[in-house]
Amino acid sequence: MDYLIHIAVFCCIYTVLAESLDLLVGHAGILSLVHAAFYATGAYTCAIIAVHLQWPFPVALLLGCASSGVVAFGVAALSIRLRGDLFVIATFACHVVILGVVANWIGLTRGPLGIFDIPHAVVLGCSLDTGWQYALMALTMALLAWAVVQLLVSSPFGRVLHAVREDDVLAMALGKNVFYFKSLAFIVAGVLAAGAGGIYAHYMRFIDPTSFTVMESILIASMVIIGGAGSRWGPVVGAVLLICLPEVLRVLGLPGSVAAHLRQIIYGVLLVVMMRLRPQGLVGHFAFGR
Amino acid sequence: MRTLSCKQLRKCFGGIRAVADIELEFPEPGITAIIGPNGAGKTTLVNILTGFVRADAGHCYLGKRETTQLAPHRIAQLGVTRSFQELRLVQQASVIDNVMLARPRQLGERLWRALFRVGVAVEETSSRREAIGILHALDLDDKTHALASELSYGQQKLLSLALCLATEARIIFLDEPVSGVHPELTARILSLLRGLAENGKLIIFVEHDLAAVREIADRVIVMDEGQVIADGAPADVLHRPEILEAYVG
Repeated sequence: MDYLIHIAVFCCIYTVLAESLDLLVGHAGILSLVHAAFYATGAYTCAIIAVHLQWPFPVALLLGCASSGVVAFGVAALSIRLRGDLFVIATFACHVVILGVVANWIGLTRGPLGIFDIPHAVVLGCSLDTGWQYALMALTMALLAWAVVQLLVSSPFGRVLHAVREDDVLAMALGKNVFYFKSLAFIVAGVLAAGAGGIYAHYMRFIDPTSFTVMESILIASMVIIGGAGSRWGPVVGAVLLICLPEVLRVLGLPGSVAAHLRQIIYGVLLVVMMRLRPQGLVGHFAFGR
Repeated sequence: MRTLSCKQLRKCFGGIRAVADIELEFPEPGITAIIGPNGAGKTTLVNILTGFVRADAGHCYLGKRETTQLAPHRIAQLGVTRSFQELRLVQQASVIDNVMLARPRQLGERLWRALFRVGVAVEETSSRREAIGILHALDLDDKTHALASELSYGQQKLLSLALCLATEARIIFLDEPVSGVHPELTARILSLLRGLAENGKLIIFVEHDLAAVREIADRVIVMDEGQVIADGAPADVLHRPEILEAYVG
């Protein structure tokens, strides 16, 4: 049972990440590879506050989200005016820089050694020390992220994002500040991803830079694209599928070392097959990149 | 009354002078046609005046305000909008969503309003009503919920005109509004443009169809090799042999 709850927690955490990235990829049409850095910012901020300052978890989570929002603003300011491939490369570079800071600011983050013994989150006086409690919190966060994205994309704000996705020249001709809307979407995505990071840090009780590499960003983007970018349920389907897939390999009895490599191969093949045969994803309607 | 104007406007692409020291004034309201052979610099001039291309030299003004360095969305917010030679619409959105997108100064475009829906429902209702009114005026009301991509070419032309109207801009640039459109629809579009000018708007359109220009333009600007070679009433300009020669090539 604990194993299933553990999978459920990860499904919810990655749903938050995929849903938040979908605001950029699926609704604003911009592929970002910096998402795991926002996830890391939230995780590290929460962990540092919990370990060094012992502030309440909700405060740490809010500060984690705020700091990620600031980082996202910085990344947006640096990269949002670039187009297409250049933008993707710029976000990749920003990810490398942010993770470089995390890995080398030893005094604050303990660098490659990571931060361990992160205390369990305490919410409303109740210490969350069981898996199902974290599953409940992660589910709440996933529902919140889903609701925020759905509220935004079904509003006039979302209408502009969709226009930016399809034709930013038209959006400009209609008086919409394309860079402003893209930047806001970037900040919202960063804030939501940080929420997932905060829960991850307290749940795992240990974080180090290897959990937030660019492969993590690619995994999140794969979830969005395979599930269906720009659709209501696509990111949820993608997150659950790609989290559960390795577990199926485990059930098949493959050795851990083989399963880990096989997982990467399956992700890659799945991504290529989807882009070729069903670019709108499993449950989506917007064909990313077309 | 504001006047759109430009002074000593110049733009080169590589060694080619697309716009060469152009000085123009466009007082509101009225209908001005810009004509000339392919490569004359008509679209470049429109792109500069609407902020999509930066001039190498010269100045643009809207009234007394200089707009030379303003971004396209800022110029649009000042009441200058445009359509494009190639149709630009949000193809995967419905016709009414396209028109509602174009409405200016929407509260629901603000992040917090969008999240907490403060005042958004009321605004959306009124915006929808306005959009339906515009679609009705353009005979597109039976296509309200169709995707823009499902419309015929002519209907898409009408929809791009609807977007310009929805912005409430006082100055509308149209790049070849009747090219590729069947004669019946051409007559409808021209009559709409005449109606807009009578309601105080300035319409500036780039067009190759001289019959359309003769029919509705109050003023014709003829361009060739980046320069204005004639400017005046259609009756005075269009019969000149040198104009016809430059135009026909």
